[in-house]
Amino acid sequence: MASHGIRDRVAIVGMGCTPFGEHWDKGLDDLIVEASGDAFTSAGVTKDEVDAYWFGTAQSGMSGITLARPLQLQNKPVTRVENYCTTGSEALRAAAYAVASGAYDIGMAVGAEKVKDSGYQGLNAAGPPSDGTARTLTAAAMFSMVAPAYAEKYGVDEDQMTDVLAAISVKNHYNGARNPRAQFRREITKETVLASPRVAGRLGVFDCAGVADGAAAAIVVRAEDALRYTDKPLYIKALSFAAGSGSGLIDPGYDYTHFPECEAAAADAYAQAGITDPRRQLAFAEVHDCFTPTELVLMEDLGFAARGTAWKEVLAGTFDLHGELPINPDGGLKSFGHPVGASGLRMFFECWLQLRGEATAERQIDNGRTLALTHNLGGYPGEMVSFVSVVGTERD
Amino acid sequence: MPGAPGSGEVVRGIVSAGAYVPRARLRRSEVAEFLGSGGGKGARAVASHDEDTTTMGMEAARTALRAAPAAAVDALWFATASPAYLDKTNATAVHAALRLPADVPALDFGGALRSGIGALSSSLRSATTTLVVMADQRDGLPGGADESAGGDAAAALVLGEDSPGAPVVAQFLGGASATDEFLDRWRAPGEHRSKAWEERFGETRYLPLGLDVWVRALKAAGIEAGEVDHLVVTGMHSRASKALVSRLGKLGLHPDVAADDLSGSVGQAGTAHPGLVLASVLETAGPGETVVVLHLADGADGLVFRTTDAISDWSPVRTVAAQIESGAALPYGKFLAWRGMLNPEPPRRPEPQRVSAPAAWRSEDWKFGFVGSRDRTSGALHMPPARVSMKGGAVDDMEPAAMADLIGTVVTFTVDRLAYSPSPPIVFAVVDFEGGGRFPLELTDVDAEAVHIGDRVEMTFRRLFSADGIHDYFWKGRPAAVSGAPAPQS
Repeated sequence: MASHGIRDRVAIVGMGCTPFGEHWDKGLDDLIVEASGDAFTSAGVTKDEVDAYWFGTAQSGMSGITLARPLQLQNKPVTRVENYCTTGSEALRAAAYAVASGAYDIGMAVGAEKVKDSGYQGLNAAGPPSDGTARTLTAAAMFSMVAPAYAEKYGVDEDQMTDVLAAISVKNHYNGARNPRAQFRREITKETVLASPRVAGRLGVFDCAGVADGAAAAIVVRAEDALRYTDKPLYIKALSFAAGSGSGLIDPGYDYTHFPECEAAAADAYAQAGITDPRRQLAFAEVHDCFTPTELVLMEDLGFAARGTAWKEVLAGTFDLHGELPINPDGGLKSFGHPVGASGLRMFFECWLQLRGEATAERQIDNGRTLALTHNLGGYPGEMVSFVSVVGTERD
Repeated sequence: MPGAPGSGEVVRGIVSAGAYVPRARLRRSEVAEFLGSGGGKGARAVASHDEDTTTMGMEAARTALRAAPAAAVDALWFATASPAYLDKTNATAVHAALRLPADVPALDFGGALRSGIGALSSSLRSATTTLVVMADQRDGLPGGADESAGGDAAAALVLGEDSPGAPVVAQFLGGASATDEFLDRWRAPGEHRSKAWEERFGETRYLPLGLDVWVRALKAAGIEAGEVDHLVVTGMHSRASKALVSRLGKLGLHPDVAADDLSGSVGQAGTAHPGLVLASVLETAGPGETVVVLHLADGADGLVFRTTDAISDWSPVRTVAAQIESGAALPYGKFLAWRGMLNPEPPRRPEPQRVSAPAAWRSEDWKFGFVGSRDRTSGALHMPPARVSMKGGAVDDMEPAAMADLIGTVVTFTVDRLAYSPSPPIVFAVVDFEGGGRFPLELTDVDAEAVHIGDRVEMTFRRLFSADGIHDYFWKGRPAAVSGAPAPQS
């Protein structure tokens, strides 16, 4: 067993990201063309110069042709990637590894999702034919079970838990209000969160990520070639991935207060990147805040807070935009919505802007640190996949 | 008259009985409150949105078999006038859920209100140990007599020969039958609404038919009217049933032997009704009591039983009385929605896909029997059953683990207001079972506000949804011993 990683062997040299939102006037192809075009321009390469493509989409199309057709790629190796909500991140992981292997000089990851054409609220995945015995809950319901379990285990009372979850939502909307690409660009108050209609368990609409269309793209090259394309490349320090066995659903030992797959992915990423104290070494982190309790638990799974203490740190403002470790400075899934194939790459895009000093001034983080983390999860508590990356501006 | 127990002659009769009355109750007064007319007194039992005659029959059959665990059933007969499927046998789902061996035939007695009593009397005249399951779901147009008078319920009887492990609790003494072709009540295939001829016509037919069968059944059993301790008269023509009881009172029947026909508390459950009232009578009967069942449907059928000493040791885990007691009020609007008479706005989510026939067949034990697998080495319990263990490295070293009759505890739960359900919201819980094993499952027959961590639940066989005419049968949890607990006040 080994996870060597590719620390400082591959760099991101160009990125693009569309605004996320209800793009009634744009189809999947439009989103792909826009995000990809921005990335080509950003890196100063043409589509023909890119040697290989990975296209992440969960439900908007099948096969590499979904990307090759709108971009008119001629007989390029184009691979469609799907891995639940980590899909976009997985496209980048594949492209980076292919470049690191020496198989290609320039690789590109594109993630896109057209969600708002379905006519339904939330995300809807039609599974394969089945025996009809698997649960048919919404993700909101599955993640809503985390809140009471966490509160019970750590003695957080009802009012405190309400404050904690609302604070996470308020913070992410505060950040999103400062981001022109976000779907929701208004600050909200705790009262707004509490007054929102219930969706599942104690979770209301404002505890849940939005639903949006969007696309994002990244171009990667060997680290030693990076400065040919940009003065400020992002070096990949770690890419880790963990797929759970699904046994959390049927293992009486699982208590719904942590996500073991995320802990495993984080541990691997920190080992690859040589990170020993993430809370003090990272400039910020982009995490998968699909629901407010998810972000709460992730603060502990990712090692930003000790077990049972994240709720206090949330209330203390540790993870606020200018707190000790800013979390989701771009507004997160909460403000962006969650076009599944694009979300992971959208997180990289925030690293691209922030670490290069190109974020809008009102949300630019300047704490002197050069590393950032992105995290995705897909699935449900007990049955989850998780991705963690670390990128940085310095090559060791 | 056949031989008495211990006489050396073959003693045949009822080995066990069980009944199922769904939790929901429509108070008949609500109908008039809503429509301005109709309704009546008392309440009727209502199958939940996730129940049908197959699931109710299955629950009744479980109860009957649990009270006679040594009975070796060698035939399953299922009778209903409201089948979940046509063409396809409904008894096979009950067969699968009970995990009966493949060589036990499962057959439907379908369509007519007479098919339940017919299955019962045919079985008593056969040589097999038969599980007769009778279930019905009675519909009518809003405000109509059938809507109020009808009820949803099931009954199951194990019928066979007296044996040491599975004694007969009520010996079959004899019976009689009369058949007559006349139009009293009818329903076109596909219709939910029954129609009936002028009431007086049916009454004038049923009365002489009932009297004729009464006389011949008693004669066949070798008893006099004065020896009858319990009289069960059932049939959808309640006026004829009442008139018959009244007439028999003048023919030597002791007063007060007519059993409560449960029309005030359950409603007339059609095909299932004779079995339901009979099960109810047996639950309180002492040894040596004579029971006569008369059912009026397209003729008359009469069966005469005498309880044996073994009835003292026989006690079903869920009695009819306890189930009647534990009902919970259902608003009339919800009743109409469940019966397809009202179409409320559905959740804005895609409807479920139909079940795959091969996938369902492959997982028959899991889907219908709720059987998981237990790793022989680590003991880890897998639901659904798995080949590779989640603990340790064992592959293909598992034994079946039957979970349906185990009690579980709610570890955590949620209420999903967005997910698709035929009757939102979905109450969903993570449940740990006694003896090990965890499964996240849907709760039913539960008030969303009344669920707590630590609640005890038992498993119940339900219909999750239907798509393309295919019913998705699987198991849900419900509050343990909900039947028998005091009725929730509404």
